Amino acid sequence: MAAITAPNNFRENRPKLRQPITPFLYLLPAFLVMGVITFYPLLYQVVLSFTNFETRHLLLAFKSPDLEFIGLNNYKQIIDGSLPVQNFDFFRVLTYNFWWAITNVMVHVPAGVLIAVVLNIQGVWFKKIYRAIYILPVVIPPIVVATVWRNIFDEQYGSMNQLLTAITSFFGSTDPVRLRWLTEYTPPISWLLPNAPLTLAYYAMMIANFWLGWPFMCLVATGALQSISKELYEAASIDGASGAAQFWNVTVPLLRPAMVPAAIYGFVMSFNLFNFVYFMTQGGPARSTELLITFSYDLVRNLRLYGVAAAFAVIIFIVALVVFLITNRITRATESYA
Amino acid sequence: MTAQTNPEQSRNPIVRFFNINTSGEIGGRKLPLWRQLLIQVITLIIAFEVLFPIMYVVTLSFSSKTTRPSTLQLIPKEISLTAYKQVLDRPTANPVTFLQLLRNSFGLSVGVGLASIVVAVTAAYAFSRFKFRMRAVLMVLVFVPLLMPGIGLATPLYLLMNSVKVTDCGAGLMAISPFTTCAAGAGKIIFNLRDSLLGVGFAMIASALPFAVWNLKGYLDTIPKELEEAAMIDGAGPNQIFTKIIMPLALPQLAVTFFLGFIGHWQEFAMPWLFLTKPQDYTLAMTLYNMTGQYASSIPWNRFAAMAMIVAAPVAVIYIALQKQIVSGLMLGGVKG
Repeated sequence: MAAITAPNNFRENRPKLRQPITPFLYLLPAFLVMGVITFYPLLYQVVLSFTNFETRHLLLAFKSPDLEFIGLNNYKQIIDGSLPVQNFDFFRVLTYNFWWAITNVMVHVPAGVLIAVVLNIQGVWFKKIYRAIYILPVVIPPIVVATVWRNIFDEQYGSMNQLLTAITSFFGSTDPVRLRWLTEYTPPISWLLPNAPLTLAYYAMMIANFWLGWPFMCLVATGALQSISKELYEAASIDGASGAAQFWNVTVPLLRPAMVPAAIYGFVMSFNLFNFVYFMTQGGPARSTELLITFSYDLVRNLRLYGVAAAFAVIIFIVALVVFLITNRITRATESYA
Repeated sequence: MTAQTNPEQSRNPIVRFFNINTSGEIGGRKLPLWRQLLIQVITLIIAFEVLFPIMYVVTLSFSSKTTRPSTLQLIPKEISLTAYKQVLDRPTANPVTFLQLLRNSFGLSVGVGLASIVVAVTAAYAFSRFKFRMRAVLMVLVFVPLLMPGIGLATPLYLLMNSVKVTDCGAGLMAISPFTTCAAGAGKIIFNLRDSLLGVGFAMIASALPFAVWNLKGYLDTIPKELEEAAMIDGAGPNQIFTKIIMPLALPQLAVTFFLGFIGHWQEFAMPWLFLTKPQDYTLAMTLYNMTGQYASSIPWNRFAAMAMIVAAPVAVIYIALQKQIVSGLMLGGVKG
């Protein structure tokens, strides 16, 4: 994607009728507004990150007598885990955050593509009805989805435990299933991701986010499938390729230009999935499902350590920049397919 | 074609089993019945998976009992609108009407959506069509905030807006911080930008605006330049080109960008939850969160479900109506941000 580095899509021979001042007049409103509410706060944030700003400085802000510039101390505390915050380990949260985003995309994309492909087979009955049903998770706001799933994973009356009870009683068990989905701390599979234990809440969220995530990928894949020319398949079948060979040699390569940006979009979305995580577990139990973004919110909203929160936001920005540089390279590398 | 055709050519057992043929037209042959039935079973299972939570919450919302059923219920046994009525009458324990909450949510999301496209469109035009000094630098400047998730700006915005206050110093005197303050530091705060819907709106625009600029620029880039060149030859200046040619052509995308902003901020929770303290400023998303908060065991579940349905409705309607445009718009923003 021509994000930053491609300002050269101009025609060389365009008539030069613009006065040099005009473009800046057009830019003025946006830059005025952004200057006040985006750029100034961004700079303020950096300055803030070098201070020990806390609740007691709220009234006088930078005029407070005991507001100190403490250099890189906030950053140091975040990295080495000496913050006055329970259960916080920066590298554990960072690892978990990447793991969370990657595992989500890794299940959403293949599932979405496979389902799109199955629904694209000619002659399947009720295609339209299925497509209409499958779109539903995309259109429901994540905050609603998260609250509903939180309810589903409730220990006592949650429908997930009820469903499991129904299944186990079918196999002869009489005990009701009482899994503590969102509060159990012991990780069920302890060797998976050793430095960031994955609690049952992680699996519950994977299930809920799977429900939320694959239909979008399916939607994108369906659009891409329908734009693949039929002649390609005819040519392939004349050459004697079976349906499976056609899938791997025609469908998959032609889906790639659509699916790579979709996967990256999914990755970025999952990486910063604030609303969903906050509504479902608030990062719990014991911060085991905390993402960078939910922790930074906790720092401002509940712990009210403004200086530390600013430093943390700067770190998030650096992480986001690294992620962007990587994904930008991936998109550009795959662009040649399009 | 049977499933066993050329099994050695396929590495994937699923693909081999269905002998998936994405072209769908080979030989115009009909799908064999057994395979049709198998696909139907699979698609029905997926449909069940999708409908499971939806039916669960729909069933809850139509229940007249405030407790959850002790066994799984996915089909409403009764259609009772009591929960909806109660939510509309008295959505929270606070003396706030549903209309107030709705107006707050609506005002915020419409306001932010409109403000961001109105301010963004001229900048998008400038980036898309003009060649000027510093263009690359300014574009990077607009791009930088996109990298930052909206909540990343919460701290400085909170502190900066918290210092904007109107204080009543008594004796008919008003002071506007940070420019003037009351003499003894005392006085009654009557308006704090941080604790107001206006302030939350500003905070939301801070992240909505860069996205709108990029999204609109991406679209304007696709409008062929020949139209403008023709207009130029006819003597139109850049302003006329903007108002007479670009704006009408960009109208659909302006609408999509507006709706994207609307959808995103209709469910915006983080900023209002951080900034607002007065119950009469609360939004629907905050109310929904409150309903599932700490006291989960004492929640009237049918009312919670009814509220969830109400919050979901406008977004679902807009999404279904504008599905194609929104998906491509999202991707544009997602990839670039």
